[in-house]
Amino acid sequence: MSTNWKPDKIRSSDITPEAVYLNRRQFMKGAAVFAAGAVLAACAPQIAPQAPTPLPAEVGAMAGQKDELGDPLTVYAAVTGYNNYYEFTQSKEGVAGLAHDFKTRPWTVAVGGLVNKPHTYDIDELIKRFPVQERIYRLRCVEGWSMVIPWRGFPLKQLLAEVEPTNAAKYVRFQTILDPQQMPGQSDPSFPWPYTEGLRMDEAQNDLTLLTTGVYGQDLLPQNGAPIRIVTPWKYGFKSVKAIVKIDLVADQPSTLWPLTAPDEYGFYANVNPNVPHPRWSQSTERRIGDADRRPTLLFNGYADQVASMYAGMDLHANF
Amino acid sequence: MKYLKTRFQWIRWAVHIGALLPLVVLIVDALSNHLTFNPIQAATQRTGDTAIILLGLSLACSPISTYLNWKDAVRLRRTLGLYTFIYAAIHLWLFVGADYGYQFNYIVPEFLQKYYLWVGLPAFIILLALAATSFRGAMRWLGKRWKRLHRLIYLGAILAMLHLALVIKGDALRLSGDAWKPLLAGIIIGTLLILRVPRLRRALLSLRHKPVAPAAVQLASPPAESTLVKN
Repeated sequence: MSTNWKPDKIRSSDITPEAVYLNRRQFMKGAAVFAAGAVLAACAPQIAPQAPTPLPAEVGAMAGQKDELGDPLTVYAAVTGYNNYYEFTQSKEGVAGLAHDFKTRPWTVAVGGLVNKPHTYDIDELIKRFPVQERIYRLRCVEGWSMVIPWRGFPLKQLLAEVEPTNAAKYVRFQTILDPQQMPGQSDPSFPWPYTEGLRMDEAQNDLTLLTTGVYGQDLLPQNGAPIRIVTPWKYGFKSVKAIVKIDLVADQPSTLWPLTAPDEYGFYANVNPNVPHPRWSQSTERRIGDADRRPTLLFNGYADQVASMYAGMDLHANF
Repeated sequence: MKYLKTRFQWIRWAVHIGALLPLVVLIVDALSNHLTFNPIQAATQRTGDTAIILLGLSLACSPISTYLNWKDAVRLRRTLGLYTFIYAAIHLWLFVGADYGYQFNYIVPEFLQKYYLWVGLPAFIILLALAATSFRGAMRWLGKRWKRLHRLIYLGAILAMLHLALVIKGDALRLSGDAWKPLLAGIIIGTLLILRVPRLRRALLSLRHKPVAPAAVQLASPPAESTLVKN
């Protein structure tokens, strides 16, 4: 009965922790916004043109650029509006909206493992550490579509040289941030979060492997993997891990997300190869986003000159 | 039920409008650039999904007429079946014509590799054969064989389910991605097929028509059973 009530009986665990009630408020706010959005979406005519957002000046300055094979850049709207980023959503057109408020500061990247000089870099320190280069790369998604994207960054090998890998280091392992609060897709238990990727030492030290901090002349946008990501243009897109917080040099081939999830479909190497089929998507042809026709997919995505020697004598069908 | 019967013409119109609506929306979206940055893929997926839904609806007609005693349902079956075929045909054209530009040097190797095409193409051929023989003339000409031929839709439905399960992105065992699509479609279409098994149908119908003594209905029968009887 209430007469027996004693204030000292309230254990501290009975009180809702601050984080939980703040979450609850966020949830209620989110639910209200969602409901209002749903009503508005239902009322708005589907064919109304989207509000035109002014393009950043840097983007306009890049108009007309081509890759070394003569193909034009994929339009900015597609590069920043059609993204495979399961941490946010499996809907490629839904990523940009969900990632809009993703917090990229403060941010650190811990580089360690089998190195002589492990170091945790503040992101702004890391971005300024090495001179940046503009690189126009083809991106071939394992789903059979491709883009041409102007990235900005520096070769990973420069960072690796600074931390001095030991002789035991044979692979580099990358990890994306684990933050289900900001990345709703990470609540999906179907995947072994956080996203983990890896490269063999020689792949990581290849000049093409770009630690990327910018796209289309500006800082990376959240949907493109801000604040820092890897780009390995001769491999399927899923190897190019986004929003990196941890880089470790390791002795054994790391277990990475897609081979763990579907080992028959995705291998560790994931080199673009028109001769190694996938059960659903064509790997022998691809659709360049914006093109009407398919085009043949090139071995190593057209970068064979720079990378093929790393795989000399290797069975690319077995090591797909 | 009586309401449904008197409104049958309206229902027929609703079926036509409902079946054509996804196509109209698709065309409007395509013309107004609202079909993602990969429009051919989006259109292929949408027409495939629509075909599966219409196939399920056409397979629902005869169980509805048998079990829910709405006899007119079977009169919608051919219309729904033909729309299924139309969407499947657009779906196939999007693949062969729009996506691959009729480049058979690309298409043939794909066909040899991909299990989803091994089941998808036979499913389409069945739909084509049934659509081609769906008219009164063909029924008369085929006589008894017509019914046997049209039972191929059961095989076609199973092949279409397999096609969907093989082509979606996601993992059925982990229920990730689009795995819910083939699972949901499999459960619904599987149920609709099982309800046709003659022994099961007889058993379920005999439950409904069980002769019950009027006194028993009034006094002894529990309410749950009386609802069952009404349905």
